[in-house]
Amino acid sequence: MPNGTTITESGTELQPARPGEERGTATGWLQDLVFTVDHKKLGMLYVGTGLFFFVLAGIMALLIRAQLAFPNGHVTSPQEFNSLITMHGTVMIFWVAMPIVFGMINYLVPLMIGARDMAFPRLNAFSFWLTFFSGFFLFLSFVAGPGLYGASGAPDAGWFAIAPLTSSAFSKGPSIDYWSLSVLISGIGSVTGGINIMVTIICFRTRGMTLHRMPLFVWLSLVTMFLVVVFLPPLSAAQIMLTLERFLGATFFDAQAGGSAILWQHFFWIFGHPEVYILVLPAFAVISEVVPVFSRKPIFGYPMMVAATVLIGFISAGVWAHHMFTVGLNSFGVTFFAMATLAISVPTGIKMFNWLATMYGGKIRLELPMIFAIAFLFQFLIAGLTGIMLGVAPFDWQLNDSYFVIAHFHYVIVGGILYGIFGFLYYWYPKAFGRMLDKKLGLWHFWLFTIGFHLTFDPQHFAGVLGMPRRIYTYHPGRGWELWNLISTIGAFFQAAGTICLVVNLLWSARKGKIAGDDPWDAWTLEWATTSPPPDYNFETLPEVRSRRPLWDLKHPEDPDWKFE
Amino acid sequence: MIHQTSVLVLLICLGIFVVVGGLLFYAVVRYRRRTDDDDTTEPPQVYGSTAIELAWTVPPILIVVVLALATARTVGEIQSPKFAADPLQVRIVGHRFWWELHYPKYNIVTANEIHVPVSYLSTPRPIELTLASADVAHGFWVPELNGKQWLVPDKETKWWIQPTSLGIYLGNCTVLCGYQHANMLIRVVVEPPEEFEKWVARQQQPPNPDASTEAGHKAFESNSCGSCHTIDGTNSQGIFGPNLTHFMSRQTLGAGVAPNDDANLKSWLHDPQVLKPGCLMPDMKLDQTQFDEILAYLKTLN
Repeated sequence: MPNGTTITESGTELQPARPGEERGTATGWLQDLVFTVDHKKLGMLYVGTGLFFFVLAGIMALLIRAQLAFPNGHVTSPQEFNSLITMHGTVMIFWVAMPIVFGMINYLVPLMIGARDMAFPRLNAFSFWLTFFSGFFLFLSFVAGPGLYGASGAPDAGWFAIAPLTSSAFSKGPSIDYWSLSVLISGIGSVTGGINIMVTIICFRTRGMTLHRMPLFVWLSLVTMFLVVVFLPPLSAAQIMLTLERFLGATFFDAQAGGSAILWQHFFWIFGHPEVYILVLPAFAVISEVVPVFSRKPIFGYPMMVAATVLIGFISAGVWAHHMFTVGLNSFGVTFFAMATLAISVPTGIKMFNWLATMYGGKIRLELPMIFAIAFLFQFLIAGLTGIMLGVAPFDWQLNDSYFVIAHFHYVIVGGILYGIFGFLYYWYPKAFGRMLDKKLGLWHFWLFTIGFHLTFDPQHFAGVLGMPRRIYTYHPGRGWELWNLISTIGAFFQAAGTICLVVNLLWSARKGKIAGDDPWDAWTLEWATTSPPPDYNFETLPEVRSRRPLWDLKHPEDPDWKFE
Repeated sequence: MIHQTSVLVLLICLGIFVVVGGLLFYAVVRYRRRTDDDDTTEPPQVYGSTAIELAWTVPPILIVVVLALATARTVGEIQSPKFAADPLQVRIVGHRFWWELHYPKYNIVTANEIHVPVSYLSTPRPIELTLASADVAHGFWVPELNGKQWLVPDKETKWWIQPTSLGIYLGNCTVLCGYQHANMLIRVVVEPPEEFEKWVARQQQPPNPDASTEAGHKAFESNSCGSCHTIDGTNSQGIFGPNLTHFMSRQTLGAGVAPNDDANLKSWLHDPQVLKPGCLMPDMKLDQTQFDEILAYLKTLN
């Protein structure tokens, strides 16, 4: 291939070079992981960290579901339950979804734009290690939280920590401090990472890759990182205010001293809602790569997809108060934020139609990444529709803070974002490890997890409509919630079984999987032009790009894309 | 009103689900690769179509406009209601983990169990709720009566209910407020107007001083129960716990954690942390004599 790879002339396959393998010892390998500034290794470290915490936070979810399986459960105490829900939510967002998103983008963006590394490789390592250690810092609260007096345990004020429950009057001991400081540290890591990725995308594209030839994955990464850089600082500011309040007697959120408890919510949600898009846009990005390749067609309406993404990014800045419809906003505020929320469904709907149109008329290969992508489309459709329902403020007055909301956002985060991440793992694992993930085990993973997902979260819609509020550690029998909760708990264990299949597959295939070759999916973006796994320097000679699908042009010289763009 | 809007929203969303879900299903089934397909050729490469894309942008915009108008209208109707009659005022103050209730018109202070008259078409009896919080944020939600509204420490918020059929309606606190958030339960007792008037009259009576339970009354005060609880007409005027003046008239104790019967009351008096672990009432470590005296005294508070 003329754009420069390490495939030898004779076609002999180079054995995958794993991190530190050339040094050959365990300490050498470890040293390489710790010292590396290579975007690919850091990307894999990010994803690995995310998966590690995914297992931990998943176990917490199992405990939560076990406690709620039957009325008057006694698996956990009320305090432990509150800690579990807080830690589950916080860890899943900040140390599972965020690291995996950063890992995906870190690994893929330089490869996709034909760069040798990120713009600031050392800053990249710095960002990762902040994320990594802040996660362990949060978990330290389980042992260190009780302090000398046993006053508290792990953080237990809910993942969005509504003031004034977090004030030192109502949350004694250091538990909330572990929460706010660890999230603050990870936030700094995310912002530095976001700047790094934006600079990389803007300045490090290879020859010929103009903005309108960037793969959609890169475009969506750019918008995501813009959101990270703009909307994480309000959260960091709020964490600092909270810390000042708890240690130095500031009274930002203390209504009695002239502060405002609702102020906390504005700060939190002006971060919190764009955060949903920070997580879901990378999932969209994966789908926007997987769907065309496995439908064997270019993405339908590339300019519209880019425009819709940018529009989502902008509108997401103006919808935060839809989390606050029930705190007593005036009618004008409620109506404004309801309309903005409904408006964001238009660009999202456009994306949905474009994905469907890409599949339409194609030859859909039902490989694992595509199977997860199709499940994503189906589940995200439902998640979007329940989102529209909740966007209609009066409906939200009824169902906010109920299990309907739990079901809705788990549909977004699990049914949408996590399925995007699964698609990512199955699609790009061969690139990172040079070996395919096992298809049979992958199908087990898909079916167990999908059945489990629907068993867990579909019934929660009904429990919510029947009046079950979120975050209760127990409930009395007789309100019609028992059956839904029991099904939900059973489903959680199905998901756990599916996750075990995934973990086994990831570990087993790294050594024993089928050799993938450079381009196992017959794909079109630049990362498939180099070896699997790519060398440290990514490309021997930097490739030149003439269209959105450089590898299509190479494979079909008689019908290249650049003639039509 | 919420119901009508919700049905409209549900129908629209169901329609979208059927159409888009159907398209997805069709695309997967119709265009999946068959085993007899020729693998060497690619399908026609279509890059997009501005006309088609504009066309399918219009329906979502129209749907959004319809929903936005319906939302604006319902929001106005609910947040600025035109009551058909002068509403009964009830002031609700959220505490960790119980509800303080005031009926200013009747000069009644009670807890956890909201008695209201039923509303008939001919004689509407709307109830306007003023919501406030004594500590952290709480949420007031009785699903069958209206949507939910938060009780925040910043300010008072207004909400209303107008139940049109008799019965007991259950609700919960909806905002995580601490360890016993789950057992911060609401009971709304909707009664015929005459029953409600009787309830009001009974609540307005001071408790009957009963010579036989005077020892219990003393024990109640000497054990500092009165620091947190109020019993009208006595020295007990605490405001941190529920008003106990007509304690025995309530169906549950501990804000709905258990029925207010003999066994539960004894358990509660021995150690509230058994029925409601994490609630703010401590184990008072009463000795047996005090326990019996206070129990007998509490049972006269009806």
